[in-house]
Amino acid sequence: MSNPPVPERVLGVSGLSVEYVLDRGSVRAVDDVSFAVGNGEFLGIVGESGCGKSTLLFAIAHLLAPPALVTAGSVSFAGMNLVTMTDKQLSAIRWRDVSVVMQSAMNALNPVKSIGAQFADVLRAHGKPSRADIRSRSAEVLRMVGIDPAHLRSYPHQLSGGMRQRAMIAMAMLFTPELVIMDEPTSALDVVAQRSLMVQIKELQEQYGFAVIFVTHDMSLVSHFSDRLMVMYAGQVSELGPTRAVFDAPRHPYTQGLLEAFPSIRGPRVPLKGIPGSPPNLAVIPNGCRFHPRCPQVMDRCKEQVPELYDVNGTLVRCLLYDDRPVRTGAAEARTAEKATADKSVADA
Amino acid sequence: MPELQSGELLRAEHLTRHFKIGGALARATLHAVDDVNFAIGQREIVALAGESGSGKSTIARLLARVYKPTAGKIAYEGRPLSSIRSRGDRLRYSGQVPMVFQDPFASMNPVFRVSHGVMRNLKLHRPELSAKQRDDEAARVFEVVGLGADMLQRYPYELSGGQRQRVGFAQALVTRPKLILADEPVSMLDVSIRIGLLNLMAKLRDEEGVSILYITHDIASARYVADRLIVMYAGQIAESGPIEEVLSAPRHPYTQLLLSAVPDPRAPLNVEAETDRGEPPKVIDPTPGCRFRWRCPLAIEVCEHVDPVLEDLAGGPGGAPPGSGKQSHAAACHVAQSGAEVKAFSA
Repeated sequence: MSNPPVPERVLGVSGLSVEYVLDRGSVRAVDDVSFAVGNGEFLGIVGESGCGKSTLLFAIAHLLAPPALVTAGSVSFAGMNLVTMTDKQLSAIRWRDVSVVMQSAMNALNPVKSIGAQFADVLRAHGKPSRADIRSRSAEVLRMVGIDPAHLRSYPHQLSGGMRQRAMIAMAMLFTPELVIMDEPTSALDVVAQRSLMVQIKELQEQYGFAVIFVTHDMSLVSHFSDRLMVMYAGQVSELGPTRAVFDAPRHPYTQGLLEAFPSIRGPRVPLKGIPGSPPNLAVIPNGCRFHPRCPQVMDRCKEQVPELYDVNGTLVRCLLYDDRPVRTGAAEARTAEKATADKSVADA
Repeated sequence: MPELQSGELLRAEHLTRHFKIGGALARATLHAVDDVNFAIGQREIVALAGESGSGKSTIARLLARVYKPTAGKIAYEGRPLSSIRSRGDRLRYSGQVPMVFQDPFASMNPVFRVSHGVMRNLKLHRPELSAKQRDDEAARVFEVVGLGADMLQRYPYELSGGQRQRVGFAQALVTRPKLILADEPVSMLDVSIRIGLLNLMAKLRDEEGVSILYITHDIASARYVADRLIVMYAGQIAESGPIEEVLSAPRHPYTQLLLSAVPDPRAPLNVEAETDRGEPPKVIDPTPGCRFRWRCPLAIEVCEHVDPVLEDLAGGPGGAPPGSGKQSHAAACHVAQSGAEVKAFSA
C-alpha cells in the first residue's frame, strides 16, 4: 500500500444537496453541505429530528432510496466520487473501506441467522476466506468489542441491546475500514451502556486509526469523544468547529440554545430556557436565515438576508452576527479540515 | 387495609408483579417488580428512574390497573384498588389517575382530529356537561397546555412531536386528574422541545395541583422538575429521597454508577465507569442477595445471601415508605446501612 502524504483526508463532501422528489414538489432535506473528515478523525454531527442529519449520512453512504435524490455536489472517498459510483463499484468498498453502523441493531441484524453466519457473509463478500480464517477473524472482532466469541453461535434475540450494538460495531470492524459511519448507535441504550459503548468506540478508534462520522441528536453524548462538531439546522450546516470550542464558546444562537436546553445533574439547579417554537417544515423554509423565527437575537435583516458560513476563529458559523468575518465556501471548508488534521498531527508529533 | 397518612394520595405496599415465562417444560418466573413500597403525595412530582427492564413501566401499569399485582397493595385516597369493582368506580379512578404515553406518534388515532380524544374523555368522565360546556372545557385545557384552542381542529399529522405530547397531557387534564402517570413523556422529543414539556409538568403541579409520577431514564431532566426521586434496579427500589439530596449525596452504588454515566459537556470526561458494560440483570427466579452485587465493587459477604431492605439512612424504621409526610432519604444497600462511606463510582 502506498503511503499518501500527510495531511490526508478520508472523506470530502462538497456542496452536497439531497432532495425528496414528491408529487407536490420537492423538499430539499440537505442543502449545500460541505465538510471534510481527516484521517482518524472523529466528527460528530448533531441536530434535531428533521434537520437532515440522517439523510446526509445516507447520501454519503450511498444508501438513499427514491424519492430521495442527490441533486448536487460530490462525496469523495479515496479519490473516488461516491455519488456517481455504480452499485458494483460500491460493493467493492462497502464493509472493506467504509462501514455503516445503523441506529437500531435489532432491525439491522438478520433475526434468523446467527451472528457468526452474518459475519461470514460479510467476509465472503470480499474474497474467499477459509472457514478457519472466518472463525478466527470473527472471534477476534467480537473479542475486540468485549463479547465472548461463544456468542458467534447466538442469534440476535439472545443478546441484550448493548451486546447487539457491540456486535454491529464488531461487524463494521471485520476489515478494519478507514471510515465508520454511525447513525445514533447508542440511542436505544441506557446511560450506563451508552457511556460504556462510547468509551469503547473511542478506544477502538485510537487503536486502529479509522475515522468516525457519528450522528446523534444528543450533543452532550459526543462532547468528550469527537474532535470536531457539526451542528445542522434545517438541512444546512449552522456551526462547524473543534468540539471544545463549540461547547465552550458556542457562536450560533441555535447552538447556544441547544446547550442551554440540557439539564445538568451537577452544579446549581438553573432555570432552562429551551428554544421556542419547533424546527421548520422543510417544504416551507423561512426567508432569510432559517433560524430567525426562533432566534432570541433576531435582527431585521435576518428576515431577508441569507447568512453565509463565516469564519470565527476557525469555527464556521452561519449567522449574520458574524458577517464582518471572512466567508468560507465549501472548498475552503474542506481545506480547513485538512489544515486542522495537519495541525493535529504536528501537535501529536 | 393500608393506612392513609396526611398529604398522601397514593401508597403502594409490598407491591409485587411476577410474570410466568417459558414453555411448559421450562417454566420460570420473571420478577418484574418485587416488594416495592412507596407513596406519592399531593402536588408532588415523583421521578421514577432506572434502566430498561428495571420495572418502572410495570409499576405505571400496575397503578393504571392494566396489570393486577401478584402480591401487595395499592391504596388510592385510602381505598385499595382491589376494591374497585363497579364501572363507576373504574371510571372515577381512571379519570383521576390517567396515563400519558411515551410515543406521541403511536398514541393518537391518525384519522381523527386531535379534539377527538379530549371530547371522548369529556363525554365519558364528565357526562353532566352540555355540548357547549364540553367545547369550552376542551378549549380551556388546550390553553393550559399551551396549544391554543384553534389547534383542536387539527389532525395529528399536522402537529409536531412536542405539540402531540401536549395533546396527550390535555387529554389527561380534562378528566380533572389528581395523579398523572407519565411514562417517558419526553424521551421521544428533541432536546429543544423537552424543556417546554418539563415546564408544563411543573406548571400543572403548581397551578392545577396535580401530582405526577414521572417515569424516565434521564435523571438530569428529573432533577429539573421532580421533588422526589425513586431509583429502581432489577425490580426493586435501590434508593429514594428528596431529589437534590439523592443527587448530591447518592448512597447506593447503583445510583452512583447511574450518575457517573450521565454525559455532561460542562464537566471533564470521567471514564471510571468504563469497566461496567451496563448489562441489565435478568430477574428470572432470583436467589436471595443483593441484585446489584455482580456489578458492585463494594460487595461484601452479606450481599451474597441477604436481600437488602430499603431503609431510612437517618436510622428510621425499616422499609418506611419515603414521602409519607417526612422526606426521608433511604437506600437498599448493606454497605450504606452499615454506616460506612459508599464511594463505588464518583460522579
